[in-house]
Amino acid sequence: MALKMVKGSIDRMFDKNLQDLVRGIRNHKEDEAKYISHCIDEIKQELKQDNIAVKANAVCKLTYLQMLGYDISWAAFNIIEVMSASKFTFKRIGYLAASQCFHEGTDVIMLTTNQIRKDLSSPNQYDTGVALTGLSCFVTPDLARDLANDIMTLMSHTKPYIRKKAVLIMYKVFLKYPESLRPAFPRLKEKLEDPDPGVQSAAVNVICELARRNPKNYLSLAPLFFKLMTSSTNNWVLIKIIKLFGALTPLEPRLGKKLIEPLTNLIHRALDLLYGMVSKKNLMEIVKKLMIHVDKAEGTTYRDELLTKIIDICSQSNYQYITNFEWYISILVELTRLEGTRHGHLIAAQMLDVAIRVKAIRKFAVSQMAMLLDNAHLIASNTQRNGICEVLYAAAWICGEFSEHLEESNQTLEAMLRPKVTTLPGHIQAVYVQNMVKLYASILQQKEQAGEKEAAQEITQLMVDRLPQFVQSADLEVQERASCILQLIKYIQKLQIKEVPVAEEVIALFAGELNPVAPKAQKKVPVPEGLDLDAWINEPPSDSESEDEKPKTIFHDEEQRHSRHRQPEIDEEELARRREVRKQEQANNPFYIKSSPSPQKQYQDTPGVEHIPVVQIDLSVPLKVPGMPMSDQYVKLEEERRHKQKLEKDKKKKKQKKEKKGKHRRHNSLHTESDEDIAPAQHVDIITEEMPENALPSDEDDKDPNDPYKALDIDLDKPLADSEKLPVQRHRNAENLKSPDTEAPLVGKKSKKPKKKEKKRKEKEQEKEKKKEKEKRVTEEGKKKSSKHRKKKHKKEKEEKSKDKKKSKKKHHHGEEEPAESVQNGTLDDEPLPVRSCAALASLGWRGRCTYDIQGNLQNDSQVTVSVIFENKSTSFLKSMELNVLDSLNAKMLRPEGSSVHDGIPVPFQLPPGISNEAQFVFTLQSIVMAQKLKGTLSFIVKNDEGSTHEKLDFKVHFSCASYLITTPCYSDAFAKLLESGDLHMSSIKVDGISISFQHLLAKICFYHHFSVVERVDSCASMYSRSIQGHHVCLLVKKGENSVSVDGKCNDSTLLSNLLDEMKETLSKC
Amino acid sequence: MIKAILIFNNHGKPRLSKFYQRYVRGRASLYCCNCIHSGLIGGSDNKLIYRHYATLYFVFCVDSSESELGILDLIQVFVETLDKCFENVCELDLIFHVDKVHNILAEMVMGGMVLETNMNEIVTQIDAQNKLEKSEVSHICHWYQCALIVL
Repeated sequence: MALKMVKGSIDRMFDKNLQDLVRGIRNHKEDEAKYISHCIDEIKQELKQDNIAVKANAVCKLTYLQMLGYDISWAAFNIIEVMSASKFTFKRIGYLAASQCFHEGTDVIMLTTNQIRKDLSSPNQYDTGVALTGLSCFVTPDLARDLANDIMTLMSHTKPYIRKKAVLIMYKVFLKYPESLRPAFPRLKEKLEDPDPGVQSAAVNVICELARRNPKNYLSLAPLFFKLMTSSTNNWVLIKIIKLFGALTPLEPRLGKKLIEPLTNLIHRALDLLYGMVSKKNLMEIVKKLMIHVDKAEGTTYRDELLTKIIDICSQSNYQYITNFEWYISILVELTRLEGTRHGHLIAAQMLDVAIRVKAIRKFAVSQMAMLLDNAHLIASNTQRNGICEVLYAAAWICGEFSEHLEESNQTLEAMLRPKVTTLPGHIQAVYVQNMVKLYASILQQKEQAGEKEAAQEITQLMVDRLPQFVQSADLEVQERASCILQLIKYIQKLQIKEVPVAEEVIALFAGELNPVAPKAQKKVPVPEGLDLDAWINEPPSDSESEDEKPKTIFHDEEQRHSRHRQPEIDEEELARRREVRKQEQANNPFYIKSSPSPQKQYQDTPGVEHIPVVQIDLSVPLKVPGMPMSDQYVKLEEERRHKQKLEKDKKKKKQKKEKKGKHRRHNSLHTESDEDIAPAQHVDIITEEMPENALPSDEDDKDPNDPYKALDIDLDKPLADSEKLPVQRHRNAENLKSPDTEAPLVGKKSKKPKKKEKKRKEKEQEKEKKKEKEKRVTEEGKKKSSKHRKKKHKKEKEEKSKDKKKSKKKHHHGEEEPAESVQNGTLDDEPLPVRSCAALASLGWRGRCTYDIQGNLQNDSQVTVSVIFENKSTSFLKSMELNVLDSLNAKMLRPEGSSVHDGIPVPFQLPPGISNEAQFVFTLQSIVMAQKLKGTLSFIVKNDEGSTHEKLDFKVHFSCASYLITTPCYSDAFAKLLESGDLHMSSIKVDGISISFQHLLAKICFYHHFSVVERVDSCASMYSRSIQGHHVCLLVKKGENSVSVDGKCNDSTLLSNLLDEMKETLSKC
Repeated sequence: MIKAILIFNNHGKPRLSKFYQRYVRGRASLYCCNCIHSGLIGGSDNKLIYRHYATLYFVFCVDSSESELGILDLIQVFVETLDKCFENVCELDLIFHVDKVHNILAEMVMGGMVLETNMNEIVTQIDAQNKLEKSEVSHICHWYQCALIVL
């Protein structure tokens, strides 16, 4: 009787599980409803069983059906039964089902109170966890009331895993049982400072949810949240806190001010992303958005941040993305509206750079700069210590240098001579003074050419009148230049009075165009032929020269001898020493002028500018410089321009198409504008202009030969060449390769060379090398991946799964003991066969490699041997290795008698660093018609100087169907008889796109799938193999033009179709 | 709060549905699209945030207290976690192991509140639970094997 019961439950064990149910539903697409109702009947039967495992299985299936929309509330009681199972596995199923279908109206829910309470106090944290999770979904007011206290206790549980769940569920409890909020709140508040970030985050979540209702309750927590916000790195928490502050700031305005700083930091991070985002197409749009933010921005820091970002984005890679420089100039001019910015010099530098390097833009730039000078009072009005007045430096210089483009020169000159100018910083005044002379010179020339003598004298008079204000300047530079120029102008005035034409001579002061020079220009000048830069032009003077000053010795002979001697004596060392001495001397000599940074550089990082205290200015009047163009209009103009360009292009295309009789008219409208299509408005050939003639086009000198990252300058998009492939470690069989089985049919009949009797070996090589952190990881995936892996759609880099270990693991396999497997395989001529895996990668990222090979065992029809080669690639000693595989119903690892199924098998050796060794594991299989995948764990102890650690590694062993086949020779007459017998199932596949030779193809099939060739006629071959359980497998392989068709026959149709699928996989890679 | 999490494929076939708020539905909800329309969108404080991965839509129905970007990030974490747990997750994994997906989700979202966003932590907990389950299951299997031998 008891036996019967047990037997009954065992039968039940093989009931449909969830996977079977899903499969069944998928197979009954036409009569799904009928099938499901049948399944529900089955489930009802299962629920009547006493066995909890069967019940749990049934409930699991019900949960699935519930998702499909079927009512399962009738099983509520059974769900509770499963919830109260002692095993976690079943409990979890029960709680999941309950969370999916219980609700306040479920009457049996009150029965769960005690069960849940019991689970909450379970010693197993996962029992508690699963109960909390379930409860969070179906908590009712009654449950909340009864369990509130238990949950509150759990908030102080030792395990953070429980704490965070308890904290989170409190919100649900508060909702259902609001009375609990007040007593629980202090503890909730504590949890904001929990050492575990997960618990913290949960507490933040709960309080944020609570704060939606009555925010002022939580105002007192603001400092705590502020601290969290500045310290947390968890995005989720940050978002929540910011949301919370959003609710709190209306209640406490002071909060807003405090928040600016940390929020700016967040925005700052976002701004960094913009760099990579810009293209020719979207630059204007992005900058426009940023400009809006600049206008709105309140804090100067943030505004400055935006400003630098705008400039950085626009100027990156040599203004690569700017199509319209007029637009850029006007953006820069608009930016000058920013009072109080520290980055005036940055804008100034950009103005200078663009105006100098982009010739086409000069006219426009000059007019803009003139306008700036005209409105200088606005820019520099509030205080002279204003960073933005730096732009006047650029404006003055541009107007002076390119004065020929000025339309209203007089007006600009007057603007520069205004008394207000003297309040500007000295270095700007100096530029003013210098450039007003340039301007004066060009005006003078204009007037003289026009014959307006009076006007010319007037302008001179103006200069003479106004310059003295600069002569009195406290700034040395300004004073010096002004007085010098004043005298010059007075002299000109004298000449003018004498009616001598002077303009030509004055203009000659500033003759010649100032051209930009690329920083590398000098290097690029090619060395003229015949010039050897290393050769001495004059012989180097001997050191004796310096001794000349010494009082001449009377001993002439001696000195001569000395000098003669000395010359060869001066070696490198001596020179270096002397240089050192000289430097020392120079350093101590206060009159010696030491090398100093170039003036330009000095300007760029003028210390004065940095130190100017930034004073916040209240800009009550919107600053709009009259007549200044708004950059916005350029956006529109640009769009129009592009549109025009496009239309023109389209027109051209249409013309072309008309010629082609408009075959592809459709295409035309689909034309999308790519970056390349956008031609810049100004053609800016910056590089070539700034380079000397004959400049070498090579860019080699851009690369610093000493660059430590030079080696990383690799094009990763290029397909891998064969020579580049990472060395794949193969397992070489050291043992005698001669196999007794020499009569095996040769595969490549035409091969001329005697074939090596190589032991058959299937190999999976998937090598992962993970270098230490921060180093680039290079991965080469094994050539063949198991079909299962390739099917996966989300292609994710495998290496991510590997642990952060330096080494990789490799499994390898071959079986030595069985004579059968040494059956010779089709090695063809010299062509090496690719290494191959019959299985999925075993596991990755270990302190070593592990290769494995699966081999069928002829002596025992249900056994396969897996040989694993362990190779220790670390510097540590590995010991106590234990390999365990989680048995499936079909495949089991053969363990020593008496050990339980979850015991691992110890590996009978230890591994010193750099050593490899092989162990074999035998698996028994019930059915071999399908491929198997077993998961397992390798545990081991790593011992090194620092001590020893216990580590674990999960892997998968993939038994492909081919690994159950044993290459068996078959004679053609026997083969024919077999085919005639008629009790074989038939199936076939066809693979297209095969380019390799037929011979090679057959070799592949032999190698990978353990077949032998029976007969071959032209491009047709018959092949045979036998499974370890005695299935005959016959193949007829035919090669077409570009395709291969394989017709297979086998005793078992499932086995055959699986084999053919695997073969398809292999062939499709050919 | 998160009100519901749904995964369905391009054809609207449900692959996972998790509702944190009760709503009444009929057989019509065989297709998720319908159930979203009929049950959820009606309310004013609802928004749907979704991401499309290969053949699957991951849809989160949330109220105004959630940030869209935060949820998108969460979906990404969810998918990455699935990918880690299933080793290259694909639709088939979700079809056949919907219970596992539920278990993973339970480590991320609890009762409509976000529990954990750190993928490593989630995976650690999932692994620990799987291990616990394995040890239990292998006990049971062992017991049955013994029983079989007796028979």
